[in-house]
Amino acid sequence: MKEFRGFVIKEFYHIFRDKRTMLVLFGMPLAMMLLFGFVITNEIKDVNIAVLDRSKDEVTRDITSRLVSSGYFKLYDNLNNDKEIGKVFRRGIVKEVVIFEPGFGRRLEKERIANIQILADASDANFANLITNYTSAIIRNYVNETNHQQTFPYQIVPEVRMVYNPELKGVYLFVPGIMAMILMLISALMTSVSIVREKELGTMEVLLVSPLKPIQIIIGKVMPYVALSFINAIIIVILGYWVFELPVQGNIILLMAECLLFIMLALSLGILISTATESQQIAMMLSMVALVLPTILLSGFIFPIENMPKILQWLCVLMPPKYFIIILKNIMLKGTGLAYVWKETLTMIGFTVFFIVMASKKFKVRLE
Amino acid sequence: MRTILYIIQKEFIQVFRNKAMLPIIFVIPIVQLIILVNAATMEIKHIRLAVVDKDLSQTSRKYISKFNGSPFYVIDQYTFSMDEAENELKKGNIDAIIQIPSGFERKLVRESQSKIQVIVNAINGVVAGITNAYIQNMTIGYNIEVVTAIAGKPTIMNPPADININYSYWYNPQLNYKNFMVPAVLVILVTLIGMFLSGLNLVREKELGTIEQINVTPIRKYQFIAGKLIPFWVLALTELAFGLFVGKVLFNIPILGSIWLLFGVAAIYLVVVLSIGLLISTMTNTQQQAMFVMFFVMLVCIMMSGIFTATETMPGWAQRIDYLNPIYYFMRTVRMILLKGSGFKDIINEIICLMVFAFAMLRMAIWRYKKTA
Repeated sequence: MKEFRGFVIKEFYHIFRDKRTMLVLFGMPLAMMLLFGFVITNEIKDVNIAVLDRSKDEVTRDITSRLVSSGYFKLYDNLNNDKEIGKVFRRGIVKEVVIFEPGFGRRLEKERIANIQILADASDANFANLITNYTSAIIRNYVNETNHQQTFPYQIVPEVRMVYNPELKGVYLFVPGIMAMILMLISALMTSVSIVREKELGTMEVLLVSPLKPIQIIIGKVMPYVALSFINAIIIVILGYWVFELPVQGNIILLMAECLLFIMLALSLGILISTATESQQIAMMLSMVALVLPTILLSGFIFPIENMPKILQWLCVLMPPKYFIIILKNIMLKGTGLAYVWKETLTMIGFTVFFIVMASKKFKVRLE
Repeated sequence: MRTILYIIQKEFIQVFRNKAMLPIIFVIPIVQLIILVNAATMEIKHIRLAVVDKDLSQTSRKYISKFNGSPFYVIDQYTFSMDEAENELKKGNIDAIIQIPSGFERKLVRESQSKIQVIVNAINGVVAGITNAYIQNMTIGYNIEVVTAIAGKPTIMNPPADININYSYWYNPQLNYKNFMVPAVLVILVTLIGMFLSGLNLVREKELGTIEQINVTPIRKYQFIAGKLIPFWVLALTELAFGLFVGKVLFNIPILGSIWLLFGVAAIYLVVVLSIGLLISTMTNTQQQAMFVMFFVMLVCIMMSGIFTATETMPGWAQRIDYLNPIYYFMRTVRMILLKGSGFKDIINEIICLMVFAFAMLRMAIWRYKKTA
């Protein structure tokens, strides 16, 4: 037992001495939270548009100033002819062009109908969709206001209630994913690399001939990463609470227990990878492709799984982070208890057991 | 010059000798293109609804059928119990609930106003926002229909003024999100391969101690850096060509602009990326450290480059920081060249910025690399 303690202490020294990695490890959750919280948004503000006004009357000027004063758009340029449209789009600054037909105001007055054309740069399809929706909402509002004397005699009024995230903040969606990613990164990737490193540098041999049992070596190696991951999980929860006012609705003990379970799962994966590879670069590439990428893409972190093609949805079933993210969303945002997530929890336990069995089968005590 | 050639030769031999490296270089692009492009859909569809219709009148049924007709929504469940629906929402089996109270139609006719409740799981704010907008818009339209249905004919004598809005989506009329993602994947691919290969390479020599042997040779600093850069520069450009080819075959992405221009920009951009990789590896001591720093730098830069969401939606300060982000320029230009056919004149500013970066980063990498251990 004394040897084991010594070994664990050595491992802790190893990791905590490495200032640069520590900086990244603790800077990462912070940067990710800020990034996703503030930067990855769908808010529209001051988007550059251009206007091709073939009418130049009071109404068109009115609508243009409506668009600009909404705060969503900024008038970048007044165009004079069709040819300029392609030019401004190709330069990539203007995202939308609004075209008023000749005699716009007169037609609206006399014929009660007039035409506006909205051209959007749809090389970014979603963004184009979003800004054209905003533009048409502003124009419709204008029309409604000019028709204000008429109201409908019968009205259905929808009362919409946004549950779990009343202010529609983007962070709510991302926090569980960030947590999964960082835990995966530290637990699986760091572990696999640090074990393979001992192999590559030849120091594994020294450890294997020591009186420590292989199981003790492995446990000793992963201990610091368990601690690190756990601290990071707590940091993320606290950050979410302080910076983004994201409360933990459910039971915090349950939340931490699920985090620990996921850390175990990731560690066992890391160990499995380390038993299968011989060089750090391969271990890294494997971890990146097999762990980090799926955690970002195939777990419902950023992209909803329901929207993917069927084959990818089946692939998602095999991704452990998917279950963790579902659990986190339930406990943190919806405030549900174990009764709602027992299936996911069991699945994660199953994964962990499977990986540990696989790893212990592949683990070699001898170097060939 | 001969010295550089020898170093290049050595690097190539090393890369091709590593059996696992080649598959990684050529399999990753295909896997990434297939998975990333298909998985990364921000398209909103299949929002699952539960309907609690306690009125079961003609008006309520018609109202609900409006959701059935929309491409965004799927009515997943009909139930009469609100508790059951809320439970399903908690379990995550549905995304929103529409409740129509009993006496809905009667109230509408008698009091000329009637309410319905909509409960949306707003964890995904974008979906919630769009659902809200859709419901509001659709209800306004439905109100007009109801007037005709109940009163028999439009009661409004003076026709309201109306503006007819015509949309046209340039460069991508079908609003196909894949067109947007394929260029992005190419950018990631080139960046990933370039930065990791160059970055890990030098630090590996440090870790294994072979750098000492090079340090005692008469090889000059710039020769060494050049010898390390050029092989990966060639590899990454090959990778880009390969990725472009796969993208064309698999997704038939539009290539409107000049391929030569694309490769020209990529050549400059790669100098930036490779120099950053080398710079990181001169500053770190182990591959693990280098990898972590690189991963961190890349993640932040890629996320801020406008890969998934337009940079215009970011707050002002973030947009200003982006002027220092080389991936931002490359992401922009690749999309502009491929999707819009932008020419040299349109992207001259981005090219100049990338050149400045390339020069600065290369100088930094050479300066930081010290021959003394």
